Amino acid sequence: MSNPYKPYPVRIDKVIVETEDKNLRSFRLVFLNPEDDKAFDYTPGQFAELSLAGYGEIPIGIASSPTEKGHLLFTVNKVGAVSSALHNMKEGDIMGVRGPLGNSYPLKDMEGRDIVIVAGGFAVTTLRSTITWMLDPANRDKYGKITFVYGARTPGMLLYKDEWRAWQKRDDIDPYITIDREHPDWDGLVGLVPAVLEEANPGSENAVALVCGPPIMIKFTQPVVEKLGFADEDVIMSLENRMKCGIGICGRCNVGPEYVCKDGPVFTKAQLNELPREY
Amino acid sequence: MADMILKKSALADFIKSLSGSYKVFTPSREGQEVKFASNQGKVLLDFQNTLLSPKDFFFPQSERMFEYSTDPAAADAFILKDIATEPEPRLVFGIRPCDARAFVILDRIFKNDQYTDSYWFARREATTLIGLGCQNPCPTCFCLSVGGGPFSEEGLDVLACDLGETLLFKPLTEKGQQALDKAEGLAEADDKTSQEAARIKEQAEAAISSRISTDKIDEKTVMELYEAPHWEVVQERCLNCGVCTFVCPTCHCFDIQDEVAGKVGDRIRNWDTCMSWLFTQHGSGHNPRADKTSRVRQRFMHKFKYIPMKRGGDIGCVGCGRCIMLCPVNIDVRDVVRDMNA
Repeated sequence: MSNPYKPYPVRIDKVIVETEDKNLRSFRLVFLNPEDDKAFDYTPGQFAELSLAGYGEIPIGIASSPTEKGHLLFTVNKVGAVSSALHNMKEGDIMGVRGPLGNSYPLKDMEGRDIVIVAGGFAVTTLRSTITWMLDPANRDKYGKITFVYGARTPGMLLYKDEWRAWQKRDDIDPYITIDREHPDWDGLVGLVPAVLEEANPGSENAVALVCGPPIMIKFTQPVVEKLGFADEDVIMSLENRMKCGIGICGRCNVGPEYVCKDGPVFTKAQLNELPREY
Repeated sequence: MADMILKKSALADFIKSLSGSYKVFTPSREGQEVKFASNQGKVLLDFQNTLLSPKDFFFPQSERMFEYSTDPAAADAFILKDIATEPEPRLVFGIRPCDARAFVILDRIFKNDQYTDSYWFARREATTLIGLGCQNPCPTCFCLSVGGGPFSEEGLDVLACDLGETLLFKPLTEKGQQALDKAEGLAEADDKTSQEAARIKEQAEAAISSRISTDKIDEKTVMELYEAPHWEVVQERCLNCGVCTFVCPTCHCFDIQDEVAGKVGDRIRNWDTCMSWLFTQHGSGHNPRADKTSRVRQRFMHKFKYIPMKRGGDIGCVGCGRCIMLCPVNIDVRDVVRDMNA
């Protein structure tokens, strides 16, 4: 019987301080055993349990794309015991990864449609994975127009600067990168995500919207998404809840009958309408 | 597989004859408390049920999952390793049918369409269960209302019936038959004895007066049940103490923690309770079940709505009545279910 609680050993290959407040760091991880790399077969939208011997595990969305071979990328906010311990770790240190866990964005069902991706703050991680995957030459033709609206409080709080700057130079994705208020270091868009989304006005016909962000952004983005004409079935969101097992057993991440860890984390707004707001 | 009969005077020898092949557990009384223990001279037959559910045979209250070195000089530092132990063959005699049914419900929790909890199933497979039919149900028992019964066979390998001077053993699985084949003192039962056991079973079922209905819960949507006003009434009394989850044979929620002493560490899992605010608290401080109402509601919704919806139709309660007996503020699951079913 294989043990679903056992993490794969990995080495921290690179640590990137992502934001000016230094609370967000990205960790590039490399498997110690090449066969584990093969076994870890993931799809954008999935997460993994990052395991630190002596501290415990935390569920974190996978920020890398399966098209980026040889490593995994996780961006971690420093909030609790395990994430703080992780922030203290150095390149070369040994830790563990357990997964991939959860469902993924419905990439197959989204084929042939326009894609609108809306992100706020550091909830952009699995959307970075999704965009990177979609822009891969092997996948780009499967989708129509891609619109990406992403905002943070200040320029220094935006993640993945190299990536979205490269995307801004491409003609097969329309990035709208925005910050909340005017800032001396910024000559791009200024305004809150919902307003920028409304201004960008991507069509909703034959389109799917992927929306991830802090609760306050979600609250004000939903009416805009509705106004743009998206049906609840075509609005896709990713939930977070406290987790332990990550495999639908330990019982704490339930939203009604659904386990966020196993039945989610990705749900449509139509699905969430039928569930208690316990997230 | 034929029914077998044993003289009660030979019970101690019967247990002893199995001890060569299994670690045998039998009911015993320690002060006020009835519990399972091994190496008992006297086997307790005159009891209603154990104070705690026997779930810890397969799901210990605290369990080591992995071990590791935290010595940076060690070659395998910080790499989690399995704890190399084969579960020992065990035989539990005298388990109640309600508690055995709980294991069947938990089998469907600890194994889903994608994952199998290896800790639970390794012990399950190594353990043989001889049940003892309930002839003297408690006033808090309502097994018949939730798909079970005082002589339910589900989850058992052998069902025993107390006939006064003798015990009748009915083998139910291959594993059960193997155990009876190893035991001494058994004789084949005649038809009359088996008929007597059937009569005792009917009597026992008739003795359970406490009934509830759950039929309408199926018809209601999650949100109809969730938004019902009666949760506000239950939460007024509930202390969120968690004793119901502690004694419940189907409560299975757990926590995973790391513990380090010196240069070695363990990853362990412990029973946890949905009655605790910390159970769902995010790292950010946000808590999706921040109030008492949402926590007490979760426990009942999980057992009577979510488990039947998602895990094969059966209710996640076996009607053992422990939570009714031990709740310090007299919350009665039967009253809550009546409200849910109204």
